[in-house]
Formats: sequence, C-alpha cells, structure tokens
Amino acid sequence: MTPLSLGTKGKVLRCVILSVTALFALLPFMWMLSLSIKTTPEIYQAHFHILPESFAGFDNYRVVFASAPMLRFLLNGVLVCAAIFMVQLLVCIPCAYALAKLRFRGRDTLFSAVLIALLIPPQVLSIPHFVLLYYAQLIDSYGALILPWIFSAFGVFLLRQFFSTIPDELIQAAQLDGMSEADIIWRVMIPMSAPAIASFGIFSLVSHWNDLFWPLIVLRRAELATPALGILLFRDDETGRQFGPLMAATATIVAPLILAFLLAQRRFIDGLTIHSVK
Amino acid sequence: MATIEILGIEKRYGDTSVLKNVSLSVEDGEFLTLVGPSGCGKSTLLRIIAGLEAPDAGALRIADRDVAKDRPKQRNVAMVFQSYALYPHLTVLDNIVMPLRMRRLTAAQRFPLLGRWMPGTRRIEREIRAEAEQVASILGVEPLLARKPGQLSGGQRQRVALGRAMVRQPAVFLMDEPLSNLDAKLRVQMRSEIMALHRQIGATFVYVTHDQAEAMTMSDRVAVMMEGELLQVAAPEQLYSDPDDLRVAEMIGSPQINAVPVHALNRQLCLAWQLSQDTAVAAFRPENAIITRPADAMLNGTVAVSEHLGADVFVHVRLDGDAGTIVIRTDRTSPRHTAGTAVGVSVEGRHVLRFDAKKKRCRPSQDHGALVA
Repeated sequence: MTPLSLGTKGKVLRCVILSVTALFALLPFMWMLSLSIKTTPEIYQAHFHILPESFAGFDNYRVVFASAPMLRFLLNGVLVCAAIFMVQLLVCIPCAYALAKLRFRGRDTLFSAVLIALLIPPQVLSIPHFVLLYYAQLIDSYGALILPWIFSAFGVFLLRQFFSTIPDELIQAAQLDGMSEADIIWRVMIPMSAPAIASFGIFSLVSHWNDLFWPLIVLRRAELATPALGILLFRDDETGRQFGPLMAATATIVAPLILAFLLAQRRFIDGLTIHSVK
Repeated sequence: MATIEILGIEKRYGDTSVLKNVSLSVEDGEFLTLVGPSGCGKSTLLRIIAGLEAPDAGALRIADRDVAKDRPKQRNVAMVFQSYALYPHLTVLDNIVMPLRMRRLTAAQRFPLLGRWMPGTRRIEREIRAEAEQVASILGVEPLLARKPGQLSGGQRQRVALGRAMVRQPAVFLMDEPLSNLDAKLRVQMRSEIMALHRQIGATFVYVTHDQAEAMTMSDRVAVMMEGELLQVAAPEQLYSDPDDLRVAEMIGSPQINAVPVHALNRQLCLAWQLSQDTAVAAFRPENAIITRPADAMLNGTVAVSEHLGADVFVHVRLDGDAGTIVIRTDRTSPRHTAGTAVGVSVEGRHVLRFDAKKKRCRPSQDHGALVA
C-alpha cells in the first residue's frame, strides 16, 4: 500500500516529523483538557503539569452543566446545523445538477457567478443579511441563524464538480427509462454522490457549529445560543476568570465534532479520494 | 411493433452541420444498421430517434405517429448505450426493473420512503420482479441479479443493459455501438445473440456501428453515412456488389476495393472496360482481379508484398505509371509471387465499377454516352 518503501532510518525520521507536527496541532487541545480538570489555584501556579495534582474534573464539568444551559446550547447547535445542512442540500443539489447537466442559456455565466460567490467572505454579507432579517422581523430567532446560509456557493461548486464526472449517457439512460429530472436527482445523482455530499456535510457542520461571528450579531436571547456563543455567555455570566470550568465547557462543545469525525473518518477520507464512478 | 420514418432531418452544432437533410424509413421488425466513420452523424441520428436530441429541421414518425414533441419516455423506444450506462449503485435486478417501475407505478407509489406503503405498490412490484426475472433468464444473467454492475464482466454488463432495454417490450430498439467495448471473441458471440434476440422479439432494431463487418453480418439493410449525409441504404449484398458511391464501395469489404484513376489507364483498357467519358475512377474488388504474365495483361505492375493469411493470400501490386497500389486476393494454391516480380493484372469488364469525379456511380444507363475516343 505504501507508495514508497522506506528504510529504517527513513521510518524513524518520518515518525519524528509527524510527531512534532502532531504535537503542534494537539498541544492546545491537551492544554485545554488539562485545564478543564484542574482547580483554579493550580491553574495559576507558575509551573505547568499536564496531569493535575488534585483532580477537579468532576467539579468543573458539574459547574458547566449546572450553572449554564449547556445542554440547551448543544441542542441549539444540533438543531441549527441540521436545519442549515438540510436546506443547503435542498437548494444546492438542484442548482448543482442544473449547472452540471442541463443545457440552457447563461449556464456558464451563472457558474462563474457561483465561483465569484466562493471568493466573498461571509462577513461582507453580514450587514445586508442583518438588514434583511431586520425587515423580516427575524432578528433574535432560529430563522436568523439559518436563513443566511441556505445558499452555499461551496456546496454548489463541490456538488457540481462531482456531478460533472457522472457520465451523460447514464442520465440519458435514465430519461429513456422514464425518469423525470426530479427522479434522476433522487435516484441517480444523490446515491452516486454520497461521498461528495458527506464531505460537504462535514464542511457545513464544522463551519456552522464553530461559528461565533453570526450568532453574536443576530442573537440577544441566551436560550437560542449555539455552542460557540454559549461559551462566550458562560464566561461573562458565570465564571468570571475561572478557567477550569471554562475549559470544561470548551471541551464539551468540541467533543461532539471530534467524535463525529472519528466515526466518519473513513467515509470522509473516501469522499475526498473517490473519483471513479463507473 | 413500429415503422420509423425520418424525413429531411437537419442538425447543426454551432457552425458545423452534423446531419444534412437525412431521410430514411425503417420497416416494421427490420434490423437496420447505420454505419459510417466516427463523426459522420450516425449516433446523432440515433439520439434524435430516441428523443435525446432535437433536430433543427425535419420530421420524425414512429409507428405512424409524429413524435417530434414527445419526450423519450413517450416514444416507446429503448436504447442500449456503448458504455452500457447501468446504474452503478443499484443491483442488476434494480437496473432491469427500473423502466417498469417508472412506467407502472404512479408518482405517489414511487414517492421516496412512503411509496411502498401506498395501495397496490407491493402487487405491482411483485409483477415487475417476475418479468425482470424472466428477461434475466432469457439472457442468462439470473445468477447475477443481486450483484452490482461493478462486479460484472463486460459481456455480463452488456447482457444486463440488453435486459433493461428488453424488459418493457419496446416497439423500437436503438443500439449505439453496443459491442465496441467487448473483446473480439465476445463481440462475435454477442453479435449472434443480438441477431437471435431480434428474431425472437421481432421489434424494429436500429443499430449504430463503425464496424462494417458487424453491419454486413447482422442487418437486413445497411445505411451508410458519411459527413452527415446518407450515401446509400441497401441490403448488405447489394451494398457490396452494387454501391452507389465510391465512398460506400471503399467502406464495405475487406480488403478495400481497388480504385484506379482513369487518367492512369491506357486507352485499350478504357475501351475494354467500356469506361464512359465522365468516369474518373474505375474500381474492382480484390477477388475479381487475376494475376497474369506481364505480356498478357493491359494493367502492369510489380509485386510490393504478399500477405499470407492461411486460406487467402493478398498480393499488393504497385501499378506502373503512378496508378497507385492495388490488392489482389488469390488462394494459397496459386503460385507464390515474391516482392519485386513484374506481373500483369487482368480484370473482366463486368467486374469493373465506374465512378465519376464526384465519386458517384456511373450507371450503365448513363454509360452509352461517347466512349473515351
């Protein structure tokens, strides 16, 4: 399976390089986990240990779940992310199909527009979105969290590229079999693009679960807060400068994502490597 | 069962004209082959019959019904694609039943997830499955029903694609180079299977290929296309012995027909072959030429190479006086001709086909103009 066979020296070197890189990436997480199980006095000590001298993990995590509506934040996160992804699929799949497989005037111009939209950072659109939501009287609601994201240029682009690799003859065969465009999308395009849809799902889930900027702008009520915003509220209201519980809260909100990634890792990597559809 | 009538079909892609005023009628139950080099428009014509492309001009009637505005689904045609176009994520059974599912189940019964609980869905699904299994047993793919197309060999995929086309008993079968992805041995075998299938179901077949041997062996009639034009439509034997166009004559038959420009021939030969004044090219089949001693012949040359193919020997003769190289078919019992020997070539006048400068056939009726003086 390995493309290159390395000697023992090479293997050791590779291991060292990978470990150092991994250490850089993982150190903040380890620090976070370490702080989340320490007492406040120990956190402020001059010397640092990964493992605590006195274990305060239960206390810290109890504070998180007792004094802040952490479950509520997590539930909000699940709800909002799931809604965003579902609506994104509803919008992006037909768009991508049309751009990849239908012939109509202005198709290439529209696709260029999607590519340009890909380059615009979401923050640029925040004021227009805010004003629109204000007039729709949706500020400080779930709607405000979901509606601005229903069109994803990245999703359209990714799915369109994947759909383009599905041979035209297959779609023509489907037409002769009597499928409508909706049937073709449902029975042919979606099942064949499962890997692409999965990788788009991971992208969408990660970016909206971790998003702090937009919920911070449109939400006032704490009970609607998503996990990332919840952390902020938690810090302000409950803990002041207590890093232990704060890190416990942080660990709580990243855990579902990491867990999801570990479970779907195989699938995710497949999604990025599968090209052949024949 | 159905006839197909094609009247004055035109198709352009941008500035290039792919089909130029093509008219053709296919009899009920006929096996018609469209043959031509790649890019001649044969596949486009097939796709227009299927309804996958719209013609720019012209009329199309299937079973005496104008189908110009019909979607592919409404035309009662089935198509087998070169790449087979099987659904890779579905099993062989699901592939075969798909056309029936789409036609017999209502939109509500096909509705994702809920459809299977609609009244009647189960009964119809059972019938469909029984029919698919019957088709599978005809094609010998019954043991493969639970597999996915990716687990099948080329020939098996080909059969499944045929099964998907057969299962709804269409009036017209369209086949777009269905055998070109198979290896040579399997291709010959599938050829006869498709012919047997045609006899068995008696539907109208329109078959596209670039392989003249396939066209000649399988069809009732062959339509030769080139550069968007229909050159000739005729039975295979007639196409071989009585071509209308030099390009048809050159395409049909292997080795190729020998075409000698008239200006390279001496006057005696022109008289002997009764070439009319408008004849530009005289052509004859390799098996109609005989190698003689140089002194006895009106056409002389030297042997370039002899190809021994078991039963046959193809002798390539380079003609004197810039008349090109011709191929002569002899059998292995005739004397060997080594390269470099001077030989004569003799062809009887009745075997010579005459073509004018536009490559059209000079018919005998036009031949009684002035002979070359």
